[in-house]
This record gives sequence, structure tokens and C-alpha cells, in this order.
Amino acid sequence: MKKKLTAIIKKNQQIAHGMFEMLLSVGEIAALASPGQFINLYSNRKDLLLPRPISICEIDKEKGFIKLVYAVVGKGTSDISKMHVGDIIEVMGPLGNGFTISKEIKGHIIIGGGIGVPPLLELAKGLTGEMSVYLGFRCEPILVEEFKKYTDKVYIATEDGGWGIKGNVIGLLKSNHPKGEMIYSCGPKPMLKAVASWAEDNDIKAQLSLEERMACGIGACLVCTCKAKDNNDWQYKRVCKDGPVFLREEVIWNE
Amino acid sequence: MNRPGLKVNIAGVELKNPVMTASGTFGSGLEYGEYVDLNKLGGVVTKGVASIPWKGNAGVRVAETYGGMLNSVGLQNPGIEEFIKKDIPFLRKHDTKIVVNIAGKTLEEYCSVVERLAGEDVDLLELNISCPNVKEGGVCFGTDTKMVEYMVKEVKKIAKQPLIVKLTPNVTDIVSIAKAAEAAGADAISLINTLLGMAIDIHKRRPVLGNIVGGLSGPAIKPVALRMVYQAANAVKVPIIGMGGIMTGEDAIEFLLAGATAIAVGTANFVNPRATIDILNGIEDYIIKHKEKDITSIIGSLNK
Ligand SMILES: Cc1cc2nc3c(=O)[nH]c(=O)nc-3n(C[C@H](O)[C@H](O)[C@H](O)COP(=O)(O)OP(=O)(O)OC[C@H]3O[C@@H](n4cnc5c(N)ncnc54)[C@H](O)[C@@H]3O)c2cc1C
Ligand SMILES: Cc1cc2nc3c(=O)[nH]c(=O)nc-3n(C[C@H](O)[C@H](O)[C@H](O)COP(=O)(O)O)c2cc1C
Ligand code: FES
Repeated sequence: MKKKLTAIIKKNQQIAHGMFEMLLSVGEIAALASPGQFINLYSNRKDLLLPRPISICEIDKEKGFIKLVYAVVGKGTSDISKMHVGDIIEVMGPLGNGFTISKEIKGHIIIGGGIGVPPLLELAKGLTGEMSVYLGFRCEPILVEEFKKYTDKVYIATEDGGWGIKGNVIGLLKSNHPKGEMIYSCGPKPMLKAVASWAEDNDIKAQLSLEERMACGIGACLVCTCKAKDNNDWQYKRVCKDGPVFLREEVIWNE
Repeated sequence: MNRPGLKVNIAGVELKNPVMTASGTFGSGLEYGEYVDLNKLGGVVTKGVASIPWKGNAGVRVAETYGGMLNSVGLQNPGIEEFIKKDIPFLRKHDTKIVVNIAGKTLEEYCSVVERLAGEDVDLLELNISCPNVKEGGVCFGTDTKMVEYMVKEVKKIAKQPLIVKLTPNVTDIVSIAKAAEAAGADAISLINTLLGMAIDIHKRRPVLGNIVGGLSGPAIKPVALRMVYQAANAVKVPIIGMGGIMTGEDAIEFLLAGATAIAVGTANFVNPRATIDILNGIEDYIIKHKEKDITSIIGSLNK
């Protein structure tokens, strides 16, 4: 039977303004995890009932470690950011369907925005062939050096122009005209929508990782849905179980 | 040492123990079945099912609140045909009672689900009469004694399985509603459904939920739920299934002492996927510790 697990915190430190990196020792999850999947983190505060879904950023199967990178945005992530090395945190996972990696595909385009960047790192590690990476941030970039380990082609955009070009990833795409057979993307919904439409215009396949507020995280409660095509009709699909990664043709953006 | 007897009886259906799942929080058990041995549960109460597929509400569908959560799923369900094809056969593979929660927008819709289930292998029906009545212009079926009586009477005429009527707490007098349901032929009563609530994102100056309002569940509602179960149990003879914020075995014992014959676990599943089993173990521990003969000597046994 699956269950909630206890992970030991090996590292929990700030890597940029309001941004933390957490290393967890939890062999059961590391053994099963694949890029694009997420885990549920349970804060110690008993008034916060719901788990916080956080993507898996890196996996070390040998050591049984997983790395997370998270932004402190509210009560739960703030509480989690105050935990110490050696503390125990309850987690569940790996959850959801991650990215599909096909050996046949040789040209990869990775597009990440803000807190959508972390899940793309483990993916970049596993891809073979040509790869280019486009990352957009509000101000301070994260994980850029890590991506550079896997390709020279890492391009950055920031809203204030402090790093890379001034603007967003769509601007980068429009000026660089990257070639490739498959796009992998994660980031805020408006960015994903723009990526989907750029991909369609350029006739490139795309896998998009969505984000929605969740409760159970395993597909039972139907609170985390997104609008998706279904034959000639549409239905609300579960981001936690049917996703978080969806094909660009599936997603309906009008909500 | 002998394990204490945990069997309870709801309208002639014997549950191996009083722990059930709360509708809508557990699907039909498929997903949670990877975390919980469904054979250990007294019963699985399925997500509300309607005569035809319902798409549900636009998002955001969930908001966390202090010690609770709001949801506005809007009864998304695949419709009774799909449910009969997939969910019943899955649950039947397990040694647990199947309770089908029924949703509708009109009396006819409820009745068509009940009729369709007449020949199916399910143990109990649970009528969810806390959803908006389109015909009556947004009034809830479950908030008006006359409407409750009428609905339950009509459904009882065609129901082939014993009928649980699930009550909404969004009423001034739960006792009169419970009595109306019993008088109309309800075989059991379950309560409470969620309390209508709201949350606002102060930075966006917008309600958090796409639907603006939603149903509050979790430990925040437990005192209200317990009070209503206590009042209903003292007002009717039919068995009561108590729910609302049950997180631990101790919580469950409170409901049993207040007069509930069985209990259901909802929001707690999201906090701990094995909550149902932990609660069951907690109930058993309490019975052993207090040297009770079995579960039935606890039910409704508050000291006067
Ligand atoms: C599949 C998935 C993967 C994610 N991966 C990451 C990641 O790798 N790094 C990262 O920093 N963030 C990630 N997020 C977003 C992260 O879950 C939220 O930022 C976090 O839950 C906020 O919790 P809080 O208590 O600090 O905020 P609060 O605003 O106090 O939270 C209140 C409630 O809303 C939920 N919530 C608030 N914001 C979001 C959001 N953006 N998405 C989903 N739920 C939200 C919370 O879970 C909680 O239930 C991911 C979300 C999903 C769905
Ligand atoms: C996400 C969610 C979905 C629900 N869906 C239904 C439903 O379909 N039918 C129903 O009768 N009650 C539904 N409920 C109400 C629960 O069955 C239960 O009455 C309520 O949540 C109180 O119990 P709890 O505090 O243990 O969750 C739902 C509750 C939640 C949280
Ligand atoms: S969070 Fe419950 S179905 Fe996705």
C-alpha cells in the first residue's frame, strides 16, 4: 500500500530572494520519481490542512535524495522555509504524470517561467540530442548554471532587464526562432498559453505542465481541474492525476 | 485478547464497522484504494452521481481556510450509466458496503437515478438534498420541511435499496428537517453536508472561488456538526450517520456518543490518505480502554 512518508531535510536554504532549495532524503520517492512529477508537502501547522504540491527539481536515485526549489508565497511555504536540516517533514509521492521522453525525438526546446523552471531541470538532464533552454523571470534568475551543465544554449529574459534580455520568454522565442520537434514547458498560465500558440504557429509538438490548487493530490476530489478537449466536446480533467503535464492540443485556455 | 465487536446496522444493512467515507472526498475508492485496504471500511460512499454527466463548476474550486477548506466542485460526475459500468464493478470486488450518493436538479432527475439503480448490486442509497433546486429558483430541496417530505416520499416509492437522506446544515432548525425526512420514510439520516462559506483574495480583491461561494468542511465545522447530530439523534428513531470534521478516533467517538450509529470521513482523507483506517483503530482502542462490550454500548451513551 502507498502511504505518506517521512523525509529527512538535508538542506533548506535560500537561493534567491524569496526562493528556497530543499534537499530531502526519501528513498522511496527518489526510486520511483521521473521528471515533471510532483510531491505533496505537509506543513507542521495543524490549521493548514491541505498539502502543498511542489515539483521535483532533481532526483538522485543512488543517494535516495530529491531536490525541490520553491518560492515562499504564503503560510505553508513560509512555515516550510523555517524548517531546519535534520528535521522531518511528511511528504507523499511521486504524484502525477510527468513529461514523456521519446528517444526518437532529437530536437528539444525547454521553456520555463519563474517557479515553473525547477521541474524542467531533471528533464534537461535526461534528454539526448539537440536542446535549447529559454527561461523567463521577474527579476532574479534561478538554476541557470545548472541548466548550462546540459547545454550551451541557455537564454534568459527578465522583466526588468537585469539579467539577459528585457522582456519575457515569448520575446526570446520570437527573436531566436528555435528549431526542434518537441517543446517542454512549465510556468504561469498566461505564459503557457502564449507558448502553446507559438508552438501551434510553428507546428511544434508541446508538453505543458499546468498548476492548479489541489486538495487530495491523487485524483479523488476533483478540485484541481482544468478545461480539456474530449473528442468533439470538453471536460474538466484533473491536473493532479491526468496531468500535471498535458499536450498542447488538449488544453482549452478560455478560463 | 478478543477484539471488540464493531458491527453496526444501518436500515437492515450490516456494516463490519462504523467507518465510512464522506461523499465526494473519496471518488469511488479507485484512487484511495492504493493507500487504504477498502475491505477494512464499513462502507464506501461514492461521489454524487446524476442522471446525466455534469461538467462541474469553473475553477478555482478550492480554498484553504483556518482549520478547514471550501470547495465548489459543483458535483462533477460522469452520469449514472458510466458509473454503473465502471464504479460499481470496481467496488464490488471489495468486501465493503456500497453507498451511492445521488445528485439531481429536479425531482425527476433524482428519481431517474434511483430507478436506474433499482436492479443494481448496491447496498444503500444516499439522497443528497442540499444542492440547488433549479425548478424552484435556487431554493435548496433540503432547507424546507415540506419539500424534504415531498422529495423523500416520491423517492421512497421507487427506491429498491434502503434510503439515507443527507441533510444540509444551512437551515435554522435541523430537528424539523430531520423529522420531516423520517416521517416521509427515510431509512437513515446522514449529516452534515458542507456549510456555505466564502473566502476573499484581498490583493486581487476577488473571491478566491470561481463560484464565489463554496462548502466549508474539515475540523472547523466539527462543533456545529456534532451539535446537529446530537439534536437529530434525539429527535428521530432512524439511525444517524454523523460527519463533519472528523480527523481522529476521538472525534469519531464524540459523534458516536452523541448518537450517530456510523460516521463518515471526508476532508481528513486529504490530510492523511489513511485517515479512515487510523480513525477505525482509534475507535477500537477507545472501546478496549473503556472496557466496553462492543461498539453498540457506546452509541448515544452520553451520561445524563
Ligand atoms: C503540480 C504543482 C507543482 C508545483 N511546483 C512548484 C514548485 O516546484 N515550486 C514552487 O515554488 N511552487 C510550486 N507550485 C506552487 C505551490 O504549490 C504553491 O505556491 C504553494 O502551494 C503555496 O502555498 P502557501 O501555503 O505558501 O500559499 P497560500 O496562499 O497560503 O496557500 C493557500 C492554499 O492555496 C494553495 N495555493 C496557493 N498558491 C498556489 C499555486 N500557485 N498553485 C497551487 N496551489 C496554490 C496552497 O496549496 C494552499 O492550499 C506547484 C503547484 C502545483 C499544482
Ligand atoms: C471536495 C468535496 C466534495 C464533496 N462532494 C459531495 C458530494 O458529491 N455529495 C455530498 O453529499 N457531499 C459532498 N461533500 C460533503 C462531504 O461528503 C461531507 O458531508 C462534508 O465534507 C463534511 O465532512 P468532512 O468535514 O469530514 O469533510 C463534499 C465535500 C468535499 C470536501
Ligand atoms: S487534487 Fe483531488 S483530484 Fe486533484
